[in-house]
Amino acid sequence: MQTLLDALGTGFLWLMGLLGLNVDLMERYGLRFLDGVQVTLELVLLSVFLGALLSLPLAVARVEGGKFLSRASFTYSYFFRGTPLLAQTFLVYYGAGQFRPQLTDIGLWWFFRDAFNCAVFTFTLNTAAYQAEILRGGIESLPIGQMEAARAIGLTRYQAYRKVILPQAIAIGLRPLGNELVLMIKSSAIASVITVYDLMGVTRLAFSRSYDMEVYLWAALLYLIMVELVRRIWDVLERRLNRHLTLSR
Amino acid sequence: MLELLGLLSFGPDGWGDEIAQGALLTIELALTTLPVGIAIGLAVALAKDSHSPLLRGLGNFYTTIFRGLPELLTLFIVYYGGQMLFTRVAGYFFEDAHIEVNQFVAGVVALGLVLGAFSSEVLLAAIRSVPRGQKEAASALGLPRWRVFRLVTFPQLWRVALPGLSNNWMVLLKDTSLVSVIAISDLMRETAIAVGVTKQPFFFYLVACLIYLVFSAASSAVFVHLEARASRGFKRVGGH
Repeated sequence: MQTLLDALGTGFLWLMGLLGLNVDLMERYGLRFLDGVQVTLELVLLSVFLGALLSLPLAVARVEGGKFLSRASFTYSYFFRGTPLLAQTFLVYYGAGQFRPQLTDIGLWWFFRDAFNCAVFTFTLNTAAYQAEILRGGIESLPIGQMEAARAIGLTRYQAYRKVILPQAIAIGLRPLGNELVLMIKSSAIASVITVYDLMGVTRLAFSRSYDMEVYLWAALLYLIMVELVRRIWDVLERRLNRHLTLSR
Repeated sequence: MLELLGLLSFGPDGWGDEIAQGALLTIELALTTLPVGIAIGLAVALAKDSHSPLLRGLGNFYTTIFRGLPELLTLFIVYYGGQMLFTRVAGYFFEDAHIEVNQFVAGVVALGLVLGAFSSEVLLAAIRSVPRGQKEAASALGLPRWRVFRLVTFPQLWRVALPGLSNNWMVLLKDTSLVSVIAISDLMRETAIAVGVTKQPFFFYLVACLIYLVFSAASSAVFVHLEARASRGFKRVGGH
């Protein structure tokens, strides 16, 4: 197995050399770049998934909540959509450092001590605001008859949301949700500023040691591959999940 | 609490003036980038709308690249890449040449490239929304091409493009914070300096966030006004 991998690696490097790339540099940093891709993907998938969970109550509170809840949800979205992700990340990462004694007291310091966790935390809060806004748009575009019919056949409001309203709202918001995933892949590069070794972090490290611009081109290529893959996968997903809608168009 | 607010005072003890200067630079950067980005966007949109397959291909290629790359990466490539490129070119003429790229210019170029990619999509949709007959009718009236654009096509295109462009502007405003990473003294960097000295990260970053919020709110007020003005010729059902 090991020899096979080695052979593959050598073959890959030889190919890259043929393309005129810096083979020595790639031999030294290539695997770290793969690690970086993995960290980026973990960061993004975790944040987007947790953000999706958080966006559900936020969107419902916005539509159904009374004066207080809907306004609180609006303020939340307004803050996270109106300020730069970089500022939010600094606020959490350095802010947590400032409140270290208090965080230790309530037993949360172990979480905020790690830059990766801080990044996931911030990105989750950020993407939840955007996803909630997309979901709200979906919910509000549904005709009121959907809720009335669900209630008429005896579903509780909670059941109606779970089985009737939200599935349709998500289907409507599928394309913007895909865009949000792409935006998160790109924004995740910000994590490198708070010492997370994601793809961008690894790239900056490799550049600061080698001063070879080529590493930025590798990173560009890897980001483009990720973004394009997501875009393609999402197209297929959308066509499949919304195939009942294409007939009516 | 009062102590914290005291940190925001203007003058030698407070950070108010430094942060205000940073905020001013942020606005300056965004306003300088806007025309650059829109000009690129318009050129790319026209390329994507052209008859030549080569131009269309180039336009789509451009959009795919700069919409897909992280803004931070684009910024680094422009900044360090520009530095190396110019140094190498200068090296042909002078020995030991070393050229520093101005950070502000690098910021404008990088953010302009990104804004160009995003606004080209908005502008393309807007260009396509103006019926062909409008242009034909205008030139049948004998208007020269430039005036056809200025008097007939543009006002209609503008109305359709405004909501999208307003979005692009909001994104640009937030993206400017990234330039602090290449040491431009914008709002974000001045805040970081204040944090370094006072050890009050939570307070200062919160203040920075609030300033960005004020910018966003002010811009959306401007855009509401612009949109109302651009669509004054359109009456909607139940509209005003």
